[in-house]
Amino acid sequence: MKKLIFSLISLTMIFVLAACGGGNEEEANGESGLDAIKERDKLIVGVKYDTKLFGLQDPSTKEVEGFDIDIAKEIAKEILGDESKIELKEVTSKTRIPMLNNGEIDAIIATMTITEERKKEVNFSDVYFNAGQSLLVKKGSPIKSIDDVGADTTVLAVKGSTSSINIREKAPDATLLEFENYQEAFLALKAGQGDTLTTDNAILYGMAQQDNNYEVVGDTFTDEPYGIAIKKGNDDLTEAINEVLNKLKESGKYDEIYEKWIGEKPKN
Amino acid sequence: MINFSILINYWDMFLEGFQNTLIASMIALLGSFVLGTIIAVFRIAPFRPLNWVGAAYVEFIRNIPLLLIVFVFFYGFKFGGFTAGTLGLIIYTAAFIAEAIRAGILSIPKGQTEAARSSGLTYIQTMRYVILPQAIKVVIPPLGNQSLNLVKNSSILGVVAGLDLMYYADLVSLHTYVVFSVYIIVALFYLAITIPLSFLVEYLERRLTTSY
Repeated sequence: MKKLIFSLISLTMIFVLAACGGGNEEEANGESGLDAIKERDKLIVGVKYDTKLFGLQDPSTKEVEGFDIDIAKEIAKEILGDESKIELKEVTSKTRIPMLNNGEIDAIIATMTITEERKKEVNFSDVYFNAGQSLLVKKGSPIKSIDDVGADTTVLAVKGSTSSINIREKAPDATLLEFENYQEAFLALKAGQGDTLTTDNAILYGMAQQDNNYEVVGDTFTDEPYGIAIKKGNDDLTEAINEVLNKLKESGKYDEIYEKWIGEKPKN
Repeated sequence: MINFSILINYWDMFLEGFQNTLIASMIALLGSFVLGTIIAVFRIAPFRPLNWVGAAYVEFIRNIPLLLIVFVFFYGFKFGGFTAGTLGLIIYTAAFIAEAIRAGILSIPKGQTEAARSSGLTYIQTMRYVILPQAIKVVIPPLGNQSLNLVKNSSILGVVAGLDLMYYADLVSLHTYVVFSVYIIVALFYLAITIPLSFLVEYLERRLTTSY
């Protein structure tokens, strides 16, 4: 009898181990589920360390700061009762989904656009930042929105970016000059080589803060909503995070964080 | 292996790029020869302050990257991409051309100048009738080199949105994700300028060598 129980236990253990190794989706609630997070009393979040306004490491203090980080802290505060019960891990656009699937991180808050394709791989929270293409102009410019970009406008963009393809569609008459990278495009705008610079608003806000003679105008004319990614099938945590986001929006805390980093109140 | 349908589909862009590269190269060739000759004269003229000015120009310009000179004109002086790129090419190449011309003149033995001067020729006449006709033979090959380099260096226009071959090549390859074929086609366009230029240099070399 003892022997039988023993072999049964070892058999189940083998199955459990096999299940762990093979089926990732079944045990999604295991190591990074809501219960597991509460048990370990720490939320592990993958964030960017190199993105202005959203997640940027201060080289002198090694502290990572930004919009994404503040949102992560609020989530830790709601779920675990303390915003310091959080561990940040650096992710890049390439590593974030593998790290999430490995269980190295519980959630990705790293300027990640919600797309149909990605939805097949991960769970997404509600939109937490409305990113999209916009226009940066010198303050006092006659250009107030994409509608003002006409045949006599010179638009600056980065070579080969989706923004340059989009602007050709939205304003086919405008002259488009494309540069190697954002710094050069911004420098060209400052040198008066063009009337407006176009790319994702998140990047434009960063430039506007570098030099306050420049401002972001008009609504976004493409939709690239940022969402928080959670492991596929981990619905408990997804719901919990959505609840936190709702609370933040209702309490005005979201607007506060938004203004702190972006420099203005959220549009609409 | 090379996808030539890209060339047909984006013919307008390639053609405009080619024209601009050709125009920029021709203007810059002319400009840098004129400026280079002036600097060379400064360097060897029998007047010290001019020597210093010439030497300062050459040492300053040839020792900084062409890209930075173009950036100064584009971001600093706010010229358009095409103008900034062409001006940068003129200023940069002139330094090398000045050195090539100076080296050619210095390669003629001093005794010839002394002989010419003692036979009553003025400094200008010595240069015009004795030194320069000989120096030009020595100078043609390095000048040919500089001309070819200039045409290839004109790809710098692509960085300041100068609408040249390289600028459009970048755009086409980034939009189509065809990289190899696009740049091979661009190489052929550059060859279409540089090979005839090469032959011209060879022809000049032959003609000028046999005439003396």
